[in-house]
Amino acid sequence: MQELINRAKQLLSDGTVARVLGWKAGDMTYNPEPAFFDNVKDLEEHFVYNGFCGANLSKYMIEASKLEGKTLVCLKPCDTYSFQQLLKEHRVDREKAYIIGVGCKGKLNIENIRKAGIKGILSVSGAELSDACDQLTITTLYGDKSLPYADAMLERCSVCKGKEHKIYDELLGDSKETKSADRFAEVERIENMSAEEKFAFFQSQLSKCIRCNACRNVCPACSCRKCVFDSTKFDSSQKANADSFEEKMFHIIRAFHVAGRCTDCGECSRVCPQGIPLHLFNRKFIKDINELYGEYQAGADIEAKAPLTSYVFEDVEPSVVAQRSRS
Amino acid sequence: MRRISIEALPNLYGKIAQSMDLILPVKTADQTNFSVWSDGCEVDLQTLKTVKSPKDAFFPQSETLYTVKKENRKLNVQPQALKDQDFVVFGMKACDLQGLAVLDKVFLAEPVDTFYAARREHGVVVTLACREPEESCFCKVFGVDPSQPNGDVATWIVDGYLYWKPITAKGEKLTELAKDLFEDASDDAVKAQQTSIQAIVEKLPYANLSLNGWNGDALDEKFNSKVWEELYKPCLGCGTCTFVCPTCQCYDIKDYDTGHGVVRYRCWDSCMYSDFTMMAHGNNRNSQMQRFRQRFMHKLVYFPANNDGMYSCVGCGRCVEKCPSSLNIVKVIKAFEKKEETV
Repeated sequence: MQELINRAKQLLSDGTVARVLGWKAGDMTYNPEPAFFDNVKDLEEHFVYNGFCGANLSKYMIEASKLEGKTLVCLKPCDTYSFQQLLKEHRVDREKAYIIGVGCKGKLNIENIRKAGIKGILSVSGAELSDACDQLTITTLYGDKSLPYADAMLERCSVCKGKEHKIYDELLGDSKETKSADRFAEVERIENMSAEEKFAFFQSQLSKCIRCNACRNVCPACSCRKCVFDSTKFDSSQKANADSFEEKMFHIIRAFHVAGRCTDCGECSRVCPQGIPLHLFNRKFIKDINELYGEYQAGADIEAKAPLTSYVFEDVEPSVVAQRSRS
Repeated sequence: MRRISIEALPNLYGKIAQSMDLILPVKTADQTNFSVWSDGCEVDLQTLKTVKSPKDAFFPQSETLYTVKKENRKLNVQPQALKDQDFVVFGMKACDLQGLAVLDKVFLAEPVDTFYAARREHGVVVTLACREPEESCFCKVFGVDPSQPNGDVATWIVDGYLYWKPITAKGEKLTELAKDLFEDASDDAVKAQQTSIQAIVEKLPYANLSLNGWNGDALDEKFNSKVWEELYKPCLGCGTCTFVCPTCQCYDIKDYDTGHGVVRYRCWDSCMYSDFTMMAHGNNRNSQMQRFRQRFMHKLVYFPANNDGMYSCVGCGRCVEKCPSSLNIVKVIKAFEKKEETV
């Protein structure tokens, strides 16, 4: 981390960048927040980068691209897919970004620590990038606890796309492979359910939705200046689910809208206060795109044509829907 | 003081549910929220904080106010019936009850909100003491004692028993309904637990958070502070903090076009949203900084200014745990404290 702070200080001092976009230490180990730093003193005192810095900073670059001068942005490997996708959609300015690709040993979800029955968490050690990131030691009001690092990781890290940064100016810090599961296993499990089971699954998950819009607001693919759901002319409820159809409609519309552009960064599931596995919708689309249009990873390549916006003779016919529903 | 063994609680739930709705913490798809009890549901009294507060029981996220139907070129307006059946909310924590006191100030003041008042009249509140306060709890700062909840009935879980203490006439009536299920008990076990809870509360990291300088008279000074310009930046503008909050009470009124009429309903609104308090002339808070500032000014300055110094935060810590950007009211209070030290 100190290496990262030193490099950021250097680039800020020599005028290469006007500000640094990273994470600011919170009042607990586990609650750092995304932050802009415009002076060396703040960087020294408050900058932090540890296992709890899960937030994908790419989306903040939309606003930062409008500011004077370059912004140094710290991007984890998976965040670089989001940045590149935003670049492809002309939502961020490459000239306004100085990207430091930061190492990643998997990011943690405090909810997983709580789910393991650990309460009254005062501090967590073992989550620094310089640590082995194998085991967490947790000091609590109710005694010391420990938990394997992997058990506290965000789901997305167990199906990591790899620790290679897709776009950067320079790289800093070590990474460690965290992939331990098949990315599409859960989607396949749901595909194999009967229609009634699928409905019951999604009903039980989506009925928890409180329409806080955190999934939408954090999503790098949701970069519309004005969302259709924020329109006062939209003749339906925007802030509350009027009925059980509404809660599904919001998430299904959103999944369709980001299909082919979603990099599977997993932020939607990370921020959901009700723990809804929203990434499953997006992964279903990714899986279908792979099967119907050929392997495609949004954000991996700046040149590749997006499968849903390029039309070729070999494209699958709409009748595939009927064929698949029969099988 | 009476008590009932934990194993026998389903009998108590069943007994109450025979005559009225019973709302209590239920785990569904891995998350615990207040929900109407039904046979076979997974009651969860272990989880300290439900994701949403029990506010919904008295002020639902969405409720119909009236319905208009078009019949033979005439409009038929049907007002929504007010709650007229008793119901029980079981398992509310001391902070959530204080949240209700905040809502009372808003909805029971003239002009009285009849929908809310009807629910308050018919609702019986059974509170539950907090056994293991979390690091995100800071109810003490607002004068709440989690070991001594009030309401119509107060309960404690100690060593395999639920201790039950009716407080009001409503509480006595509910106790009477299920009297065969209880046995008399001394309050020694409860007293011992209260002492240990109070000791934990003293050790909580936010126990001594200072509210110095936050009051109804601090309006200009706090409103014009430069601190907001920095604080709001990571805010995503989502409504998580407002929707999990036990005291946020802003709502919007909207019409739902059913195709052959209109359902006029109200739903929770969030000051974090871009169309919050949108009027014909536009919006008087048009940046996220202003929207962010509104929330904390309302809790710590505007509300005490209008309600004899009462803050509209109860220190439940839900926003502390749930904000996607790890922002929260504690960080705001601390940031101002620090700023004042350096000036």
